[in-house]
Amino acid sequence: MDITKFSAGDAVKQIKNKEISVLELTDSYLNRIKEVDDRVKAFIQVDAEGARARARELDGSTVNELGGGLPIAIKDNINLIGAPTTCASKILKNYRPVYNAHVIEKLIRGDAVFIGKTNLDEFAMGSSTENSSFGPTHNPWDIERVPGGSSGGSAAAIAAREALWAIGSDTGGSIRQPAAFCGVVGLKPTYGLVSRYGLVAFASSLDQIGPITKTVDDSALLLSIIAGHDRRDSTSLDYEIPDYLANPNSNLSDLKVGLPIELFSESFDEGVKVSVKKAIEILEKKGAKIEETSLSSIEYALSTYYIIAPAEASSNLSRYDGVRYGFRSNDNSDIIEMYKDSRSGGFGQEVKRRIMLGTYALSAGYYDAYYGKAQKVRTMIIEDFKSAFSKYDVLISPTTPTTAFKKGEKTSDPLQMYLSDICTIPANLAGIPAISIPCGLSDNLPVGLQIMADHYGEATLFKVAKELEEEIGFSDIPEL
Amino acid sequence: MSQTVTKNKYETTIGLEIHVELLTNSKMFCGCKVEFGGEENTRVCPVCLGMPGSLPVANKKAIEYTIKAGLALDCDIASFTQFHRKNYFYPDMPKDYQISQFDKPFCLDGHLDVDTEGRHRKIRINRVHLEEDTGKMLHQSKTGRIADASYSLVDFNRAGTPLMEIVTEPDIETPGEARAFMQKLRRLVLSLGVSDCNMEEGSMRCDANVSLRIKGEKELGVKTEVKNMNSFRALQRALEYEVLRQEKLLNEGERVLQETRHWDADKNITTTLRSKEEAHDYRYLTDPDLVPMEIPDEWIEEIRNTLPELPNARKERFISEYELSDYDAGLLSATQVIGDYFESVLKIFNKPKTVANWIMGDLSMHLNAEGKEMEESPIKPKSLAGLLELIDKGTISGKMAKDIFQEMYETGGDADTIVKEKGISQISDESSLLAIIEEVIEANESSIEDFKSGKQQVVGFLVGQVMKATKGQANPQVVNKLLKEALAKH
Repeated sequence: MDITKFSAGDAVKQIKNKEISVLELTDSYLNRIKEVDDRVKAFIQVDAEGARARARELDGSTVNELGGGLPIAIKDNINLIGAPTTCASKILKNYRPVYNAHVIEKLIRGDAVFIGKTNLDEFAMGSSTENSSFGPTHNPWDIERVPGGSSGGSAAAIAAREALWAIGSDTGGSIRQPAAFCGVVGLKPTYGLVSRYGLVAFASSLDQIGPITKTVDDSALLLSIIAGHDRRDSTSLDYEIPDYLANPNSNLSDLKVGLPIELFSESFDEGVKVSVKKAIEILEKKGAKIEETSLSSIEYALSTYYIIAPAEASSNLSRYDGVRYGFRSNDNSDIIEMYKDSRSGGFGQEVKRRIMLGTYALSAGYYDAYYGKAQKVRTMIIEDFKSAFSKYDVLISPTTPTTAFKKGEKTSDPLQMYLSDICTIPANLAGIPAISIPCGLSDNLPVGLQIMADHYGEATLFKVAKELEEEIGFSDIPEL
Repeated sequence: MSQTVTKNKYETTIGLEIHVELLTNSKMFCGCKVEFGGEENTRVCPVCLGMPGSLPVANKKAIEYTIKAGLALDCDIASFTQFHRKNYFYPDMPKDYQISQFDKPFCLDGHLDVDTEGRHRKIRINRVHLEEDTGKMLHQSKTGRIADASYSLVDFNRAGTPLMEIVTEPDIETPGEARAFMQKLRRLVLSLGVSDCNMEEGSMRCDANVSLRIKGEKELGVKTEVKNMNSFRALQRALEYEVLRQEKLLNEGERVLQETRHWDADKNITTTLRSKEEAHDYRYLTDPDLVPMEIPDEWIEEIRNTLPELPNARKERFISEYELSDYDAGLLSATQVIGDYFESVLKIFNKPKTVANWIMGDLSMHLNAEGKEMEESPIKPKSLAGLLELIDKGTISGKMAKDIFQEMYETGGDADTIVKEKGISQISDESSLLAIIEEVIEANESSIEDFKSGKQQVVGFLVGQVMKATKGQANPQVVNKLLKEALAKH
C-alpha cells in the first residue's frame, strides 16, 4: 500500500487507530522526495532530520486529531524558525528568521510535521516558478512544463505526493493557478481570515495565505487549523471561524451560480473550456440555477492589479537594502553605492521590473493618473462583486485560460505571463475567497475550475467544490 | 544693526515643524519599551527592526495623546484618518519607509497664541499628526561626525518611538517670536503629560522654514529649511543668522536658494545640507498593513475630559485667585507638576505669596543645583507646608527655617521632627528669656548708661549677646522688646 496516496482524513484515521505511525507516514514522504524531487524540484530545502525527530516525538504522545502528525510543506516566503526564509531570492539566501509566522504557530499547536520549504517565484512574483534564484520547479504531469506560480513548489509537491498537504500564498492567483496546473485543490481564503504575520510581504492589501491539498475536505481541514484572528496583524479579521468540516447539506437545488462572461473569453484553450463546461453541466443537473452575468469592471482587473501590487511591493521590498540582513555588496565607497549594488545584485529581473513599475506609479506627478486611479477602479470591482453576490451564491470560471505551458514559453514576454492570472486576480482585488479544483484533463494536463464566493463564503465554496469533486471523480495522479 | 533694515525693507516669515516624542510605555507599532538611551539595540523586536513578514499594530495610547495635544491646540479632530508610508532610503530607518500621516492627519486647523515682544500673536497650527521615530546613527570616529568616520553603526532602540509632529502656518514674524512660541508650546505639552519635551535628549525637536519678502508683497519669498536646533537659544540664534544671511543675499541682488540648511552651534552659522534637486520624492501611499480609523465623537469627548487646566487658564486663575504677579503666576503654572505642587501646599498653608517665594526660591534652587525636576523633589508639599506653619507660629525663625529646609531636602524628613530632634525651636517664652537678658545686662553694665544717654545701637549689640547665649534659638523680636524694657527699668 502506498501511504502517500492517503488524504489527510484517511491519514488521521490511520494514525489514530495506530495502523501507521507518524514516523512511517513522514518517512514515506521523505522517500518519495528522495525518489522524485531531483526531477520535480519542488523543494528549496528538505528538513528530513527535523521532520523525523518531530514525528518520533509525536508518536510518543497523543496526536492532535485535527490533522496532527501530517507532513506539511511550507512555501519559502513564510517564517519557520530553524530554516532559512529565502523567498527564492539571492538577497535572502542565508536569512534565518527569528520568529515563527502565525500560521506556523498554529500548525505547531496542531502537531504538524514540517517536511521542508518549497520553491516559488522570487518574492512570490510570477506565474511559473521560473523566477527562482534556485532554479525552476517542474510540473509533475510533464516536467517540460511549468507548475504555475508563484506557489509552484507547494502545488507540485502535492501533485507529486512529496507532502501530504502544503501552505501557499496568493496575491493574484499564486495558490489557485499552480493548483490548476498541477491538478490539486488550492484555496485563497477571504482577505484577513488567515494572519499574514510572518508571511514575507509582496503586496500587503492582496496577500493571503491558504492551503494546497489533494482534496476539498483536506482544504477545509487545513483552513480550520490555520484560520483565526491574530492581534499582530491589523488586517486580520476578528471573526469566529465556523466548522468547515461539518457535513453540509449537499442539496444544490437552490444554488444560484453566476458565470462572469468576462472570464469566459473565446481565446481560452478549447480543452479548458470543455472541461469547465462539463462541470457546470453537472451543477445544472443537480438543480443549480446557472446564469451568465457581467461584472464589467473586472475587464480592468489585470491593469489595476499591475499598478497596485507593484506599488505596494516597491515599498515593501525597500527594506532589503543590505544594511541589517541579507545580501550585501561589499567594497562600495559609500552607502548609496552599497544600496544600489546590493539591490541590483540581490534581486532578480522580475522583482526589479515590479519595483520599478511601482516606484514609477507612486512618483510625484504620476500618482493620481496611476495609483490613485487604480484604487478607484478597485473600489468599482468590489462594488461589482457585491452586486453579483446579491444575485448569486457563487461565481464560477476557469482558473486559468490555458493548461500548464512550456518552460521558457512566456519568460521573454511579461505581458503574456501576466495574462495567465486574468481569472484569479479579481478575487484578490475584491478580497473574496476563491477555490480552484481539478475538473478534468486536456491533453493529459489538468484543468482548474474556479469557484468564488462573497466574503466569509468559504463554507459555501467547500460545499459546491465537494459536490463537484465527487461527481467529476478526478483521481488521476501524474506518472513520474 | 541690520534689524532696522529688515524692519524697513523686508518682512520675515517663519513656519515651524516640531517633533515631540510621546511618553507612551511601548513603541508606536510594537510592544518594545520606550526609554531614552540604554545599551544599543536592546529594545528591539522583529517589528521595529523591519524583519521580513513583521507587521505594525498602532498604539492606541499614542493616538489618544496626539488627539489630546490637538484639542489643547484648539484643532479639529478628524473623524476618519489613515497612516501613510513615506518612502526613502536611510540606514537608521529599518523598513526604508517611515509610517507617518499624509492627507488624513488626526488634527487640523488649530492655533496657539503668544504674548511676546509687546504684541499678542495668534500662531495658527496647520496640523498635528503621528508617526514613528527612526533609529540613531553612531558614526565611528573621534568627533562622532559622519565626515570623519570610516564606518557607522546603528542603534534601533529609538526606532518606532511614537513621534507627534506639529506644523504651524507661516505666521511667525521674528526669531524671538519663534522662541516664545516654542517655549509656550513646550509648557503646554508638558502640562498635558504626553511628553517630557527634553530638547537636549531630542524628545522635542524643531525645524524651521524661513523666508523674506519685501514688505507688502503677497507672494512668500524663497524659503530655506533650518535643522538641528537643539535648544531655545539655538533656535533663536539660528533664525537670526538665517534672516541676516538671506537679507544680505537679497540686498546684494542675489537669489536665496531653496534648500535645507544645518545649524552649526559651534560656529554659529547655517550650512547647506541638501538642495532642492536632492530633495526626496517620498512616494506616499496609504499603509496597507494598517486599516483606516474612524475616531468616534465619544472618544474625542472622553479625551477632552482628561485635559488638565491648560497653562494659560491656570496662570490667569493664579493671578486673580491668589493675587500673584504675572511673572510668579507664569512660573508656577509652567508645568502641571509645579502648579499642582503649589496648590497642594496652599491647601494646608494658605499664604500664596509666601508659598510662591519658597517654591521659586529655595526649592527651585536646590532642584536646579542637582538638575532635578519638581516631581523628584525630596520635600513633598505637605512637608513644605509644615515648615511654613512653624515659621508662621513663631516656633522657628526664618533663618532657622533655611537650615531646617536644607536638612529636610537631604533627609526627606518633616520640619516638626527635625525641630524636636535637634531641640532647635525658637525661644519666645518671655520668662526664660528675661533671665538670660538680665545675665547679659549684668555682664555689660556700661550699656545701661549708654542706652540712657540715647545710644540705640547698644541694643543691637545686646541682642547679639542674647542670641549667642541661646545658640541662636531666641526669638529676636521678643528679645528686642524685652531688652528695651529691661534697660529702661535699670
